[in-house]
Amino acid sequence: MRISRSATIILGFISSLVLAVIYLPLVIVFINSFNKSMNMEWPPPGFTLNWWVRAFGSGGLIAALGTSVVIALCASLVALVLGTLLALALSRYKFFGKESIGLMVILPIALPGIVTGLALNNAFRTVLGLQLSMATVIIAHATFCIVTVYNNVLARLSRTNRNLEDASADLGAGIFTTFRLITLPQIGSALIAGGLLAFALSFDEIIVTTFTAGAGVETLPIWILNNMFRPGKAPVVDVVAVTTVLISVIPLYFAQKLSRDDAK
Amino acid sequence: MAISIRGLTKKFGDFTAVDSLDLEIKSGEFFSMLGPSGSGKTTVLRMIAGFELPTQGQVLLYDEDVTNKAPFDRDVNTVFQDYALFPHLSVIENVEYGLKVRKVPKKERLERAMEALSKVHLADFADRKPAQLSGGQRQRVALARAIVVEPKILLLDEPLGALDLKLREKMQIELKELQRELGITFIFVTHDQDEALTLSDRIAIFNNGKIEQIGTPQELYEQPATEFVARFVGTANVFEPEQSNKLFGINAQTMIRPEQVELGSTGDSAEVLEVIYLGSTIRFIVDLNGQQLIAEVSASDDNAKSYRRGATVKVKMSKTDLVKLT
Repeated sequence: MRISRSATIILGFISSLVLAVIYLPLVIVFINSFNKSMNMEWPPPGFTLNWWVRAFGSGGLIAALGTSVVIALCASLVALVLGTLLALALSRYKFFGKESIGLMVILPIALPGIVTGLALNNAFRTVLGLQLSMATVIIAHATFCIVTVYNNVLARLSRTNRNLEDASADLGAGIFTTFRLITLPQIGSALIAGGLLAFALSFDEIIVTTFTAGAGVETLPIWILNNMFRPGKAPVVDVVAVTTVLISVIPLYFAQKLSRDDAK
Repeated sequence: MAISIRGLTKKFGDFTAVDSLDLEIKSGEFFSMLGPSGSGKTTVLRMIAGFELPTQGQVLLYDEDVTNKAPFDRDVNTVFQDYALFPHLSVIENVEYGLKVRKVPKKERLERAMEALSKVHLADFADRKPAQLSGGQRQRVALARAIVVEPKILLLDEPLGALDLKLREKMQIELKELQRELGITFIFVTHDQDEALTLSDRIAIFNNGKIEQIGTPQELYEQPATEFVARFVGTANVFEPEQSNKLFGINAQTMIRPEQVELGSTGDSAEVLEVIYLGSTIRFIVDLNGQQLIAEVSASDDNAKSYRRGATVKVKMSKTDLVKLT
């Protein structure tokens, strides 16, 4: 399609504006993490690495980072196992209620976090009588992390030849051998992409987390929330925000790259 | 018997793909299942391999009931229509796969895999990936992968369907040679009648989930039992009972092959509607009192060459060439 010169300029301007609205505030946070002024004066009177040193010297912050990483890793792991099993079942077998289950699996991504959080909080505490802890956060995160794994693996399975599994069985391989030697290599990169997305989702989640975290379980986003308005903490919060963005964005980048390479 | 099939039925919902089928296949036979698509032949093959469970009936391999056994517990191997080569494994890894999962030591399985590859003339391609091979080469890898585990029965699901004509003819000869060399039972599914006639010791003609007739290629061509077989194997002139009665005094559905319809100077008059030159033969479509007939005459017949469209010729058919259909 050919676009006239003036249209190109107008469209380019609008696109830049949209991108600027999304990313400029992030850039400001990034710059502020080096801002010499404790009160975030703008423009910054000077730059310092002080906040970065302070942030990573603070025990609470490092602990929160560790908690977030552990939760994201565990939730991703749960999601990888369950999401793969679900995708296999729904793509390879016919059974009653198959469509409904497929919908129920992807629904959590659309549910408002506050509803999921409230519902799980009720279920854990009132119905099951459980103490909220790190485990409850992991379970809660897994509910929406499954979706990314499931979607990635399902898309891959639909593109792989079903006869490969039949051929493997025909040549004498049992179900688990076939999965290990044939199915897994076919879906490997989809698993990694799905797992990375799941990690990114879990790592910066806050709403569901606040409803399901036990006392003393402080993830990085919760740490930010708790420290944001404390006097003198703002620059350190900026440092943490930048860190959080980086840890979320890097897996996302690799997940995208993996999906793209496979599509070729 | 290599395979005995008893009352085999397969339903997919309301659709009966295979309808209480009985079939016996002898050891060492090259047996073809021939029929149009949707006639149930591939479903029967998949039930023999164990990929589908029958709704009813039994599958016996060498007198052992395997009806409910998994594919990996059956002594049969399959060559798939799309070859189903493992894309992430090299040619040699594909071929040795069946030995690997059977825990054959590495050295022995490499030797056997190479031997199987040489049998299909692909020893030089051992380290390639399937994506780097041509269709015909993939076909050979699929064959090598299936025969390396030394099955008693090899199942082939339209294995030549994706190849072009020249390659297909070449592979037909190679398949036949391979079967003789291995001495195992081949069960070959195809919708190509020429292929079935060329390769098979016996053929089962499938239609609507049932077998219409089983016989040698010659029996099926010369003595077709039904109109379906007559039309599916070769070309046929089929007469309804009424016309058959008028022409030959036989009150039943009958058929005659085109090469048995003689065109010459004696017999009933007919008009030539169409002349089709086929190389070694010439095919005429003639109108005999409102009945269209196909006649095939050797192209070396000088008289036949002179018949043109619209000409009047004499048609003679011998009653002894006529086959009664049921």
